[in-house]
Amino acid sequence: MNPELRALYQEMILDHGKRPRHFGAPEHYTHKMDAYNPLCGDHLTLYATITDGEIKDLHFEGSGCAISVASASMMCEEAEGKQCDAADDLYHQFQDLVTGKAEAEGMSRLDVLAGVKAFPSRVKCATLAWHALDHVLTGKSEETVTTE
Amino acid sequence: MTAQLRTRTLARDVESLREQFPVLHQEVHGRPLVYLDNAATTQKPQSVINAVSHFYSHDNANVHRGVHALSERATESMEAARDKLAALINAAAREEIIFTRGTTEAINLVAHGFATEFLGPGDEVLITALEHHANIVPWQEACKRSGAHLVVAEIDDHGDVVLDDFRAKLGKRTRIAAFSHVSNALGTINPVDEMARLARAAGAAVLIDGAQAIAHLPVDVQALDCDFYAFSGHKMYGPTGIGTLYGKREWLERLPVYQTGGDMIRTVSFDGSTYADLPHRFEAGTPNIAGAVGLGAAVDFLAQQGFDALIAHEAAILARANALADETPGMRIIGTAARKVGVLSFVLDNVHPHDIGTFLDFEGVAVRAGHHCAMPVMKHFGVPATARASFACYNTIEEVEVLFNAIDQVRRTFA
Repeated sequence: MNPELRALYQEMILDHGKRPRHFGAPEHYTHKMDAYNPLCGDHLTLYATITDGEIKDLHFEGSGCAISVASASMMCEEAEGKQCDAADDLYHQFQDLVTGKAEAEGMSRLDVLAGVKAFPSRVKCATLAWHALDHVLTGKSEETVTTE
Repeated sequence: MTAQLRTRTLARDVESLREQFPVLHQEVHGRPLVYLDNAATTQKPQSVINAVSHFYSHDNANVHRGVHALSERATESMEAARDKLAALINAAAREEIIFTRGTTEAINLVAHGFATEFLGPGDEVLITALEHHANIVPWQEACKRSGAHLVVAEIDDHGDVVLDDFRAKLGKRTRIAAFSHVSNALGTINPVDEMARLARAAGAAVLIDGAQAIAHLPVDVQALDCDFYAFSGHKMYGPTGIGTLYGKREWLERLPVYQTGGDMIRTVSFDGSTYADLPHRFEAGTPNIAGAVGLGAAVDFLAQQGFDALIAHEAAILARANALADETPGMRIIGTAARKVGVLSFVLDNVHPHDIGTFLDFEGVAVRAGHHCAMPVMKHFGVPATARASFACYNTIEEVEVLFNAIDQVRRTFA
């Protein structure tokens, strides 16, 4: 496989795309946010439980391409348990990573999504769930996030 | 014009045909380009590129004004293109050919006119569930402005319009029926003769969105007896930013003006203005002259190929694609109408169309992945999106095989 393509579809991404973690609607949550990319029809719903400024639980459901599902899955793994301001920092770091503004370092497993930056048309896939998280963290919780 | 077209086997000549398309001769990600996104836009033959280049190199001037030589040449070139387009679709008169930016602007022109003059509260506009957004949204706006209702004829699970439903939904208040000749998302060829006949019998005007038909099927607007027929230059081997609205003279004379300004007037004073005759009253502002000239060259190109040869060639390509699709586990074709142009819309088990599109790109294969500006069609089939390979005169059986080899790799990667 072409190395650029291999960098985009790393094993971990294919794995999370096929078997997403933190998948499914939890019984209880404090925040719910829809994220929709009308261009490709990707539609994710993020469920968060936030108490005392900490993300206690983070789940999602929906359908999308391997990149958007894997990114959502890995985001839930990484952001759950974090303080809200730390999660917001992570959101901005991730944005910089996939748009090529920052090098892949120190973001642990999220680094595997850095390959997206070579595919401008796919950056929106990688950031879809993250926009939903940002809206939850910044209190814009009444609307559907779209990437358009 | 179609009667004059030669019949021959295009497949035998496809290599020499490909020589006429410079863009095809390149590598993408180290692989020979296999361009299968023709329903989005077709590539341009050298003759079209040359016509545009020649216009800017030798004849460029504004049209319909100025007595100088260049202006006269520019006007002649543009008006010659109008004649070619009239011949292509067998319009009764050249004045019935309006240059627009494309199909979208053509439909907006008609929808705007209907909303202003011919639609009122309780009236109905009938479209189908197969339409491109360009033949939905202008009518929604027209209905919003006029108080008319938008009525939608259903499609079945093959992607055919349910003709009985179309017939049943034509009512006394149906002022216009607007439907595609060919579906962009699925490739279905609609029975437009029958649909136009039914609509006329119900007293409705008929607009046909011909964007996906014009490069693939002969069109005779007099035989169809449609009131409007819209198409784009760039989907028929011509330039972008130029298209055509055909309208029956009796309709164009009644339709209120759309955009206003220069070129479309006869006299202007501050007490009021009078408007130019057809076709110019619908062509406000300096038109896309070079685009029109290029479109004229594209009509020549189509005439040289001949629709019999084009249809036979594209049918052979689609047949090979269908056969290979049958052998591909986990592949589902979306749109299985009996009559189709060369469009293969598909989904694969466990692989999102966007991932398919990215993978195929790295094999040099250009397809479209998404909802194809036809979200209601996607909803009908219960998919968020499809991958779509769409064929044109320069595609080959070998290219279809490259496509399916690449699809096999996608399946293995995501298995």
